[in-house]
Amino acid sequence: MIPAPFDYVRPASLDEACRVLGEAGDGDGDGEVKALAGGQSLLPLLRLRLAYPSVLVDLGRLEELRGVHDRGDHVFIGALTTHDEVLRSPVVREHAPLVALATATVADPAVRHRGTFGGSLAHADPAGDLPAVALALDCVLVTASGAGGREIPAAGFFTGYLETALEPGEVLTGVKVPKLGDGWGFHYEKFHRTAQAWAVVGVAAAVRIDAGAVAQARIGLTNMGPAPVRARAVETALRGVTPPAAGAGGGHDPVKDACAWADEGTSPPTDLHARPDYRRHLARVLTHRAVRAALP
Amino acid sequence: MPEVTVTVDGVAYEEEVEPRLLLVHLLRDRLGRTGTPIGCDTGNCGSCTVLLDGRSAKSCSVLAVQADGSDVVTVEGLASGGDLHPMQRAFHEEHALQCGYCTPGMIMAAIDLLRDDPDPSEEAVRRGLEGNLCRCTGYCTIVRAVRRGARAMSGGRDAGPGGEAGGEAAGGPAGGEAAGEPAGEGVAAP
Ligand SMILES: Cc1cc2nc3c(=O)[nH]c(=O)nc-3n(C[C@H](O)[C@H](O)[C@H](O)COP(=O)(O)OP(=O)(O)OC[C@H]3O[C@@H](n4cnc5c(N)ncnc54)[C@H](O)[C@@H]3O)c2cc1C
Ligand code: FES
Ligand code: FES
Repeated sequence: MIPAPFDYVRPASLDEACRVLGEAGDGDGDGEVKALAGGQSLLPLLRLRLAYPSVLVDLGRLEELRGVHDRGDHVFIGALTTHDEVLRSPVVREHAPLVALATATVADPAVRHRGTFGGSLAHADPAGDLPAVALALDCVLVTASGAGGREIPAAGFFTGYLETALEPGEVLTGVKVPKLGDGWGFHYEKFHRTAQAWAVVGVAAAVRIDAGAVAQARIGLTNMGPAPVRARAVETALRGVTPPAAGAGGGHDPVKDACAWADEGTSPPTDLHARPDYRRHLARVLTHRAVRAALP
Repeated sequence: MPEVTVTVDGVAYEEEVEPRLLLVHLLRDRLGRTGTPIGCDTGNCGSCTVLLDGRSAKSCSVLAVQADGSDVVTVEGLASGGDLHPMQRAFHEEHALQCGYCTPGMIMAAIDLLRDDPDPSEEAVRRGLEGNLCRCTGYCTIVRAVRRGARAMSGGRDAGPGGEAGGEAAGGPAGGEAAGEPAGEGVAAP
């Protein structure tokens, strides 16, 4: 379908973008002013006429929001950096491998050429792969607005189904991805039924081993509720556990026991792909797979 | 109304457009380039794939105003004179189409894939084309065509049917040696 009419503004600076978004930006619903990044989520919504913004503010030419920077204790990924640019970044590969692993599973090459890292987080789709990663890594989301700017921890950013802590007129400018240091291993395990599809359930895992036992684990779950969640019960249960040697068949596996807590405290949705009980099962199985694969 | 400047298949255009006009509608309805079809409303099917500033993009998921100042190559810009682009020829020779609806997008996605991987394995082709759906062929002939087109583009030697070359790691018959930027070759607008 052809989208409903809207006005289009292409600001030349971040200040101008914040001003335009702030001026008329009056919350949700029809007639709102919306930021446009890669358009890979927004344009399909417009074409299906599921969204009727009155003005689109195209952030696409704001070069200052693009790029990956090594900033000592963290990697800063500009909000407008495309998925493809994230995947090509040696800094991301070296210091934020979990971001790379998850981004590689997002959509398909053509969508990754245009869709952005920041757009994926601001869109906050419960089936999106990157919110769970941001949560697991305790990323900090950096914003700008007429009122200045904020740093919002991922744990406080995803507030509900397609909802975030962003205020009207507030632009996500980039994300601080903490470097975790030595001894960590990572994996993103995504279950989907066809190529290019969204996750039925996804699991982002970071695990640190010390003296043969799990010292720390961070697990983020995709599509196990209206917003991404940490599998805290698994993180706790894994602490101190000694993983069985690879190839040690049969027997009791304490890692698997710990991962059986994966669906604790979640409220998975029902849709045409899966019912909640099946998603709970998937969360347990996929968390085990993700943790095993993440073991450094 | 905003004015956009775009180069499409080597021809420069200046058009006044409504902000809601999609790039694919600009191409088809305004510029008459109907070689790029529309297959869905959700960005899933890939039939509308073009090269936007050299990288594949789904032209149904780009506003014409976003493409302002850009260079667009559609399937119609691939042949030079009467000669099909090697990838087009490979699709023809491998019977990689039935109804042909997906073909323009498949060919553009395939050409994009070869920029990074001039001699892709079967697995790499399947992964690289995951954003393009075909309801007819079952994909096997498409995969063969892409590998055949790749060899034709990189080595000039159009070695027999695709898929039989094996040994992708070792570089196909004419693969690994290709100098320069083989995948760019032939994509440039006439
Ligand atoms: C076929 C298809 C398959 C896909 N599959 C997956 C998948 O498997 N996994 C996955 O994670 N994603 C998937 N996606 C979505 C893709 O990752 C998008 O790139 C992403 O969701 C949105 O990024 P964008 O830059 O395109 O944002 P847009 O579509 O431009 O914007 C999305 C929303 O975020 C807001 N926004 C964007 N940037 C900012 C900013 N800087 N500040 C404030 N607000 C902002 C916009 O106002 C809008 O509400 C898929 C998309 C398609 C079309
Ligand atoms: S028409 Fe289906 S992806 Fe563009
Ligand atoms: S040939 Fe018919 S859709 Fe591919």
